[in-house]
Amino acid sequence: MAVTTEVAVPVAPRAKSGLAFWLGRNPTIVIGVAILAVLVASAFLAPWLAEDPLAFEPTNRLKRPSAEFWFGTDQFGRDVYSRVIYGTRISLAVGVSVAVLATALGLVLGIVCGYYKRVDAIVMRVMDGMMAIPSILLAIALITLMKASLTIVIIAITIPEIPRVVRLVRSVVLTVRAQPYIEAAIASGTRNLIIMVRHILPNTVAPLIVQGTYVCASAILTEAGLSFLGAGTPPEIPSWGNVISLGRSFFQISPWIIFFPGVLLAITVLAINLVGDGLRDSLDPRIARRM
Amino acid sequence: MSAAPAVAETVLRVRDLKKHFPIHRGVLSRVVGHVFAVDGVSFEIRRGETLCLVGESGCGKSTVAKTVMRLQEPTAGSVELNGTDITKLDQAELRSHRRQMQIVFQDPYSSLNPRMSAGAIVSEPLTNYELASGAELEQRIAQLFERVGLRADAMAKYPHEFSGGQRQRLGIARALAVNPRLIVADEPVSALDVSVQAQVLNLLVDLQEEFQLAYLFVSHDLAVVEHIGHRIAVMYLGRIVELADNADLFGTPLHPYTEALLEAAPLPEPGLKRERIILQGDVPSPMAPPPGCHFHTRCLYAQARCKAEVPALEEVAPDHWVACHFRTKGGPFGPLTRTDG
Repeated sequence: MAVTTEVAVPVAPRAKSGLAFWLGRNPTIVIGVAILAVLVASAFLAPWLAEDPLAFEPTNRLKRPSAEFWFGTDQFGRDVYSRVIYGTRISLAVGVSVAVLATALGLVLGIVCGYYKRVDAIVMRVMDGMMAIPSILLAIALITLMKASLTIVIIAITIPEIPRVVRLVRSVVLTVRAQPYIEAAIASGTRNLIIMVRHILPNTVAPLIVQGTYVCASAILTEAGLSFLGAGTPPEIPSWGNVISLGRSFFQISPWIIFFPGVLLAITVLAINLVGDGLRDSLDPRIARRM
Repeated sequence: MSAAPAVAETVLRVRDLKKHFPIHRGVLSRVVGHVFAVDGVSFEIRRGETLCLVGESGCGKSTVAKTVMRLQEPTAGSVELNGTDITKLDQAELRSHRRQMQIVFQDPYSSLNPRMSAGAIVSEPLTNYELASGAELEQRIAQLFERVGLRADAMAKYPHEFSGGQRQRLGIARALAVNPRLIVADEPVSALDVSVQAQVLNLLVDLQEEFQLAYLFVSHDLAVVEHIGHRIAVMYLGRIVELADNADLFGTPLHPYTEALLEAAPLPEPGLKRERIILQGDVPSPMAPPPGCHFHTRCLYAQARCKAEVPALEEVAPDHWVACHFRTKGGPFGPLTRTDG
């Protein structure tokens, strides 16, 4: 749009560019994204920021935080700081993978359920059944059935998250399905698949993005919980849950082992939820219009 | 009002169409009853002709429109479009027949997807049937826009940037895109301002003459119906009570309900008064329609027979059909005897 003209035209001072303006209106998103950016950067730069998280050094067991060991050391003399930095990778990977998988699967199931009544009757009963089982128990059951690995953990956390996404998408689809423009599309010979993709899907995007952030946050917590219970990520992988789990027995003499990963876990979840809340407010047209 | 061609092929033939909506109650959602929205409706529409369905709200006129389009599945009856009974077709066959019939909706706001540009909305039916693509598609849309009185450069705009009347023109352009033979118009002007109503109605009349379109025009507005209809069907509680030519229906209404309906319409002359028939009570519930003639609970001329026997829709005069026990073939067509005391 910006065209440079040689004639000097008096132009009123324009408002800040669209993105900057939008961000100024949504401080929670800015704060959340800033925190997440730091976490993502440290996850990617872990090999440069930290030492080997698995390096044993029996002479340095249970050292307090110091200039040498910023977050102290654990009972095997491993550097807690390095383990926590590497743990960021696991937590973010789990959070993002679960969010993407659960929203993608939930989106497909939800649209089909909302569109076809017969599928709806069957699939929603299965979803109701899944929601009746506590997600952590379902995850433990799935993990014990298979060999522990990061992939299995991700799958086990994803499955219990799907029903909530399906319900959300389905409710949006049911509302949109009743709109006359869907009837108009049917009447003008649009195929069902195209109706779902062209007319219905776009309406689900905004609520799905918001739901995705919550799924991401809850997946990170579930992963930490599973690792803490010993049913999650294999112990050789330094996830936050594993670090906390191992430090638990030494809590009274060396609390730093669980303090630092605990704080990071809380900050991460807070940051994701801040982004989610901000997006919800700015993507919901009823709230957005008022701005 | 131009007269419909005397002899023209029948585009739509509806026979004994019924649509009953089941009412579900309780945890097991048992069917506890039905809403008899449409309860045995028959009519025909010829090429280039407008048949108006008129009646008060809740009489089932919109349900007829939706069922004819098979946007709702009929409970019973047949809908023949160019000789093919579309109620028997499977989805794939139905889709190929949908090209012959298109619909214009009542609400010009919710019937257009707010996320699609005007051009995309009008091009959807064309791409669905692979009738045009690329530059040809562009050209065809521009033609359609022009034909319904919109500027071709409005293609890139979104529905919210148009006025109500313009949006309804968009809806008409979409319906026109695939060259249908029948357009079902479900109260197409009732959501518009009166001044805009006339423009849209005139557009519909012009298009009919140009393309020899058949219209099934649903309305509750007698003035609109008188302006656009060649033949008019009056509906009451899911049934057609009278079906006649425009002039006959407005000149010599034969069914007591039509009589009352016409007299309820306001006259466009201040000070002019006429004796009005004021109907007593409300329309009975379509969940439990009265036995016999549906109208007998409010009819000024009802007798014992009306409560027991359903009057058939009969041709009492040439092309004038009435469903009333006191109107038989050949007349007399004078005033009936009041029985309300």
